[in-house]
Amino acid sequence: MQAMLLIYSDPDGMKTVSEADLATMWQAYGAYTEALKAAGAFLAGAPLEAAATAHTVRLAAGAPQVLDGPYAETREQLGGYYLIEVEDMASALRWAARCPGAAHGIVEVRGVRRGPGD
Amino acid sequence: MNAASVAEAVAREGYGRLLAFLLARGTPLAEAEDALAEAFAAALAHWPARGVPEKPEAWLLTAARRKLADGHRRRATAGAAAPELRRRAALAGSAEEEEAIPDHRLALLLACAAPEVEPAARAPLMLQCVLGLDAARIASAFLVAPAAMSQRLVRAKRRIAEDGARFGLPGRDALATRLAPVLEAIYAAYTAGGNDAADGSALAAEAAWLARLCAALAPEEAEAAGLAALLLHLEARRPAARDAEGRYVPLSAHDTARWNLPMQAEAERLLRQASALGRHGRYQWEAAVQSVHAARRVTGRTDWPAIRLLYDALLVATGSPVVAVNRAVAVAETEGAAAGLAALRAAGADARLAEYQPYWAAVAALAARAGEAAVAEAARQRAAGLATDPAIRAFLLRTEAPPA
Repeated sequence: MQAMLLIYSDPDGMKTVSEADLATMWQAYGAYTEALKAAGAFLAGAPLEAAATAHTVRLAAGAPQVLDGPYAETREQLGGYYLIEVEDMASALRWAARCPGAAHGIVEVRGVRRGPGD
Repeated sequence: MNAASVAEAVAREGYGRLLAFLLARGTPLAEAEDALAEAFAAALAHWPARGVPEKPEAWLLTAARRKLADGHRRRATAGAAAPELRRRAALAGSAEEEEAIPDHRLALLLACAAPEVEPAARAPLMLQCVLGLDAARIASAFLVAPAAMSQRLVRAKRRIAEDGARFGLPGRDALATRLAPVLEAIYAAYTAGGNDAADGSALAAEAAWLARLCAALAPEEAEAAGLAALLLHLEARRPAARDAEGRYVPLSAHDTARWNLPMQAEAERLLRQASALGRHGRYQWEAAVQSVHAARRVTGRTDWPAIRLLYDALLVATGSPVVAVNRAVAVAETEGAAAGLAALRAAGADARLAEYQPYWAAVAALAARAGEAAVAEAARQRAAGLATDPAIRAFLLRTEAPPA
């Protein structure tokens, strides 16, 4: 199955993290990505630009409406994601627990729904 | 101690004892659990204001029996029987308070690990029935979704209920056989979440407590004492596995003054008790390995040849890939890093080790010592990527990291 790991964290909290700790965090993500690849589980993954830089787009009365800022103004914001290929949900949860995001934020795990053609 | 912490302490010692007692008297599991849950809730409501009763367990049992009687009364079609039932329940309760509540927890442990119960449910079931832990906490420790864990527990309890006749103790001959899956489940709880046994898990203390209980309830079973000795040895060293700043400290660098001495003494006592019974087994050998490590506090060195011999025996007995990894580390200490690395690579042929973090950490360490820098670096990355514990991850990223 495919699973999406959505990494949420508090952008304000990240501001207080020291430079050295930030460097360690990037190393940790690098190692995690490599481990996923070595296990043949990695499909895609990337960090996202800050939620404050987000734009939202929707059609309002048939016309596009573009707004600045993220869709939901919550403390924890989506900061990155991994799309992984695993045996089952138990395996997806194991990978989520290893994700550095589980230590500095929250990892939401969602199964990817298969289309009718799959 | 305030009422809440007394209630918590009583729950740990008393929950399983009370549940086992009710089951032994023929109360169905689900009813007994509900009645006990209400009794503990009543205790938390009453004790802070009125003080903790002199015999908290007897108080809880009386409260639980009253709930059970109420339940029977509600179900009884003949309403006239209710007052009589109620009176009898109250009488039975007060008679019970005169003496200690008999301990049927060994039968409860055996029921939780009965062949009818699927293996993955055994440890969770024990943690719930004997220690009263809630499903959500058990689920987290085993890295399982809480709803899935609840279902697993419900299914397992139905199995026990359907086969309620099994609740009881087997004869002496059958005890060792019936006890083996109990010990296995306790060990699984200790390593829940895929943790290395030496690092412990969220349930490490609970599992060690269960192992100790099991050894006390089955004093003639060498492997029960062996498992308790093993887990107590591992628990005793845990304070030294982190420094003052919370950083991970590997066993070879432990400040042995921070080991828990009384716990190690208890482990040694259990191991001697096990040996005296003259029936060897894997838990006793693993406990013996930890006993050799513990001796470093006195001798200042580690007797690696002794550890190597114990792991040789363990590998033959278990064929476990985890044992093979530990043995390879002992080979490195006795024959050199290259020999250790070769043994490790042979062990690595087992696919079960691909996601086993301590395997990659061992490859990283031995390859570095054997002068295979590129192999060491790749393994170090992999080990860090597989770590769940941030302290261990940070340790791996720190070791031999290129200077900034």
